[in-house]
Formats: sequence, C-alpha cells, structure tokens
Amino acid sequence: MSDLELRGVTKAYGNVEVIKGIDLKVEDGDFCVFVGPSGCGKSTLLRMISGLEPISGGDVCIGGDVVNDLGPADRGLAMVFQSYALYPHMTVRQNLSFGLENLRASKAEITERVTATAQMLQIEMLLDRRPKDLSGGQRQRVAIGRAVVREPQIFLFDEPLSNLDAELRVEMRGEISRLHRRLNNTMIYVTHDQVEAMTMADKIAVLRDGRLEQFGRPLDLYNTPDNIFVAGFIGSPKMNFFPGRVEAGGLRLETGTVVALPPGKFMLNEGEQVTLGIRPNGMQPAETGLPLTVSGVERLGGESYLYGTASDGTAVTVHCAGQTKIEPGTQIALTLETGEAHVFSTQSGQSLLRKGA
Amino acid sequence: MTAFLTRTRGRKRLHWTDWMAYAYLTLGVLLMFGPVLWLVLSSFKTERELQNYPPRLLPYVQKMETVPGYDKPLPIYKVTAGPLAGQEVAQIRRIGLISQVVKPSDPKTVLKVPFKDRKAVEHVALATSNYSKLFERFNFFRFFYNSTFITVMATLITLLVNSMAAFALSKYQFRGRGLVMALIIGTLMIPPTVVLVPLFLIVRDFGMIDSLWGVIIPGAATPTGVFLLRQYMLTIPDEILDAARMDKASEWKIYWRIILPLSAPAIAVLAILSIMWRWNDFLWPLIALQKQENFTLQLALNSFRGEFTTDWASLLAMTVLTLVPIVVVFAFLQKYIATGIASTGGK
Repeated sequence: MSDLELRGVTKAYGNVEVIKGIDLKVEDGDFCVFVGPSGCGKSTLLRMISGLEPISGGDVCIGGDVVNDLGPADRGLAMVFQSYALYPHMTVRQNLSFGLENLRASKAEITERVTATAQMLQIEMLLDRRPKDLSGGQRQRVAIGRAVVREPQIFLFDEPLSNLDAELRVEMRGEISRLHRRLNNTMIYVTHDQVEAMTMADKIAVLRDGRLEQFGRPLDLYNTPDNIFVAGFIGSPKMNFFPGRVEAGGLRLETGTVVALPPGKFMLNEGEQVTLGIRPNGMQPAETGLPLTVSGVERLGGESYLYGTASDGTAVTVHCAGQTKIEPGTQIALTLETGEAHVFSTQSGQSLLRKGA
Repeated sequence: MTAFLTRTRGRKRLHWTDWMAYAYLTLGVLLMFGPVLWLVLSSFKTERELQNYPPRLLPYVQKMETVPGYDKPLPIYKVTAGPLAGQEVAQIRRIGLISQVVKPSDPKTVLKVPFKDRKAVEHVALATSNYSKLFERFNFFRFFYNSTFITVMATLITLLVNSMAAFALSKYQFRGRGLVMALIIGTLMIPPTVVLVPLFLIVRDFGMIDSLWGVIIPGAATPTGVFLLRQYMLTIPDEILDAARMDKASEWKIYWRIILPLSAPAIAVLAILSIMWRWNDFLWPLIALQKQENFTLQLALNSFRGEFTTDWASLLAMTVLTLVPIVVVFAFLQKYIATGIASTGGK
C-alpha cells in the first residue's frame, strides 16, 4: 500500500507559519496535483512529504506508517526536481545508477534496471552522454528516469515542466500521464499551472497561503468550487465575478441588473452582500441584459473572447463560439445563464451552494 | 593559433599600434624572462667566470691543456705583445706582474711574459660540474625528497580539510555560520610573523619540531582556501544535493561523490596555490627544521650563503633545479588556473 496521508501538517520558519495545518489523504495509485499561486507553500509541502524539509507539527503517513522521523531516502519516495538536478559530472547511466548503488543493489541488477528504464523512456542512446550534452526534453526524461529506476512507492514532481517550451510541455504532460497509467504508482505533482492540473490529475489540491482550499476531482472543482479562490483559480480564462446583494430571492448586481437564480439552489439571506460568479462561457451577447463596453476582442478562429468592463467597472471576459463580429469600443448586452452561476458570500468567500442541491 | 598570434591591426603593413603592442610585449618578455634566463646561464658558469667583471651573458671557460711534466692541466693564454706575440702558451704560475709560461710544444723552457701582455683563450662551454657537484657533495636528493614530501602531503591535507570546511560553510544552515566564516576570513588580517612564537611553542609541545610534519600540519587549513572553495561551492545548486539525498546518499557521499567533483576547477586552483606556497615556503621551515637532513630545498639554498663566502655556483645551480618542479606544475595546470578563476566568477 502506498497511500499518503497528511494529518494537521504545519511548517514554521521562526514565527512565520508557511504551512498552516493541512489534512489530506491521497489514495494508492492516485495522480494528485498540488496547485496554487506562487508562494502558496505547495513546493514546501512537497519537500515536507519527501523529508528534505523537516515538519514543525502534525504527521506524514505513507502506507499507514508515520514517517516523520525517517530521512528522505528511507521513505521510499523519488523526486523529480524543477531544475532536473542531474549530476552534471556523471553520464546519464551513472545518474540513473547512483541511487541504486547507494541502495547496494548488485551490479547485474543495476544494469538490468537501468536498461529497462532507459528503454521505457527511450533514452538508451543517451546513456553515455553527460547532462550538458542533452536538450531540455532529454534532461527531463533522464530526471524522470532517475526517479523511475528506483521503483519508489510514491513519485514526487516539483514543477517538472516549467523549464520546457510550450510544445514540449504538452508532449511531456502526455508522457507523464502515460507513465502514471503504466506504473500505476501514487504520484504527487506540484504546479502553478491549472491547465496541467486539470489535464493530468485524478485529484487536485488547491492551496493558498499554506492552507488547503479544496481537494477533489478536477471537474468537481470546476463545477462546484468551495470558494471564490478556487472558482477563480480553476478554469481558463478566469471566472467573472460581479458584486451584488440578495433581493427578493434573486440578485441585484452593482450594475443595476437583476438576476433571477434557480430557486432553492443557494442558501440566500435577504439583503446579504454576495458575489455572483459566472464563467466566460456562461454568458452570451444578446439584445438586452447586462450592459458591457467591449475593450478588446481575441479571435482564435474556432472561438472568440471578448474583454470589457461592466458599468460598475468589473472586468468581464466572454467566450463566444465561432468568429464574432463585435468590434472593440462597442456597447453590447449579455444574457447570463443562471444555471451555470455560482454564488459566494462576499464576506467569507465561501460558496452558498446548498449541499445536496 | 598562429593566425591568432600574428593577427595585426594593419591589413598589409603594421599599423603603429601594432608596433606599440609588439614593443610593449617585448619589454614584458624581457622583464619577466630576462632574470630567469640570466639565472639559468649563470648557473652554468664557473666560479671564476661568476666573479668576472664586467659580467658576460654566455658561460665561458678557459682552455686548459695537459703539458708533459706538470700534474694538473694548465690554463692557456695568447700572448698579445713582445717576442712571443700571437702564440699560445700555458701558464705555470704568476708572480707579481710576471707570468711564468711554457710553450706546449716545448714544456722544458720556462718563459716570462708580462701579466698585461697575455689574454685568456676562452670558449663557450657549460660548467655542468655545478650540477654534478650538488649530487656529489650535497645531499640534493634528500632535500628534494623533503620538499616534495612536505608539498605533496601538505597540499593533500589542505585540499581535504579546506574543502570539508567549505562544504559545511556553504551547504549547511546552522547558527553562527556567518560568525565562523568571519573568523576564518579575519585570520587573514593577522600577519604570520605575529603568530610565529606561539605557533612555535604549540608545535614544540606537540613534539613536532624538527620533523617534516611540524612543517606540514600548522599551515594545513588556510583561510584563502576555505574562502575560495566556499564561494565556488555556493554556486552548486542545492537541488543537486537534495536529489542525492533522495538517492540515499550519505552526507559524506554527497561531499565525496557530488561536491568534490563539481568543485574540481576551484580545487585545481587551490592545489596550484598550495603547491607554490609550500614549495617556496622559507620562514616557517627555517624555524621548525633544525637538522640538515630535514632541510627543504629552500633551506639548503640558504645554507650556501655563508657569512663570509657564498658558493654562488652551487647556489645558482640549485636554484634552477628548485624552480623546475614549479615550472612543470604551472605548465601542466595553468589552463585550470584560467578556467578556475573564470568559472569562480559566475556560471
């Protein structure tokens, strides 16, 4: 069993608490992505799981055992670093076998495992080169190979694709996903890129300021975000937020527009300050509705994005299928598909969705 | 390489800046190689030639000839004036202003020639006896062994100790790290002569006076070396160390298999510096070593200089031999000096 459980894990540097108590359970074989803006503590959390960073409080359990006091090597983990961290003075073969030598594996076993890993990652022809003679993508493969060859219980990835160019990143994304299906190991992957999170993850943990904001399947996070932060972070382009207040079961936005909401879906108190969240594809240009001054148009061919401001100054992004004819500088109106709407308490930021509704 | 060396500013003719550059470089070559060349040529001169005034560049020796009836070879002179003018004669002895000479063809007849009317017959030859004498009369190999032993052992210990200190000071976070570093750098401000007496007392109490280890140990840890290596090691990314830790490498293994190989350029620089320091070191060995059999080359050189007489011929020959190892080390390692200093600057 190689599930991972964090129980009230905290980390403090002096008086500064960077991880403020995280509870999380990653099931065996899951691909779990930690995502969050930079500085949210996701890399620190990963290093705490790896054992490279000591924890200040709580428990880290791997396969049911508390591993707080075990060193990084004894936790049965392998890590792929953002900068790859290959040993520059060793050949690819030596890079792959270094860990096995330290585990006192026999020569024959080392050769066998290195060859098998190299074949799987298609780096056999690179085995006698040094890292400086490899391209970015090849280095990435070697770094992954160095983790794979040790057959760890859990793989840790620390923003492994952030140094690659866009095209290679998409390719490696697919490759890591295939690797996961093939090895069926537990993998924990840190990224700040929500697209990577959405495309690769079985489960996503959204972190902010050292706290876990939401943990769940990618589409659950997309469809039912727990709070404004998750709603804004997951999904691209960002969700639009309109401030308003509850009035007669519906919402009166700051722009003056009244929006009717599906009855019973949200827990609303008359007069409460709330924020309406609606994704760019939850709005369509129409004859009447929410007025919008268009300031920019992006035509991508198959789809278009309108950027503009509502009358209260809120920035709004609208997704249109096909090639729109709307020009920048014009005034348009938007209809809102209230079935797609999210409502958050402005004060707490929490979703007002009625549970089980 | 040739294209690079012969590159000029002027296309066909030499531009005036080319002349200036060549003049400047020639001056530099003369200034730097002149003394060395003079030393090497002088080391092949006889003691007599060394005393000669005005000095001459090339080593000359006087022609000697064995004449029947005389045990030792006699110096040959050419007579410049008088009845014997133009003939070569062998001088038997000189009395006041008169030389007693014989013709090699007629050794029985002793002739008298005024001292100023004769000129030594000389030719260019290397007085290699200066060198062979070092091996026959002095225990050159003993001194050479002592110097080599001290240089090699001290350099190895210096590299080991300094790189370990630099590793700790660059890659571990601990309370007082800055203070330790400041103390190490601070010792650079203390002139070595100030600590000479306390150092002597300590080394004496350890019973290392008049042993080679008494020279090796006190200077093993150098602030310059620690600083040089630390600054270089700071440029090694911490992620590589983390990766090694994930690979179950012990801290010693990280130092030995990761840090040391990656610091090779800086270590090469320190090795060269240490070899030069130790080989040329004079003051501390002079104090720590007393028996002649423990002398280093530098001390042996010093012993040629007496209060009243100085054996210049031996001194110069030995100086040349002392220089050779350093020159060889430099010739083979100089590319590391350049790359090492260049890459310590920034990656």
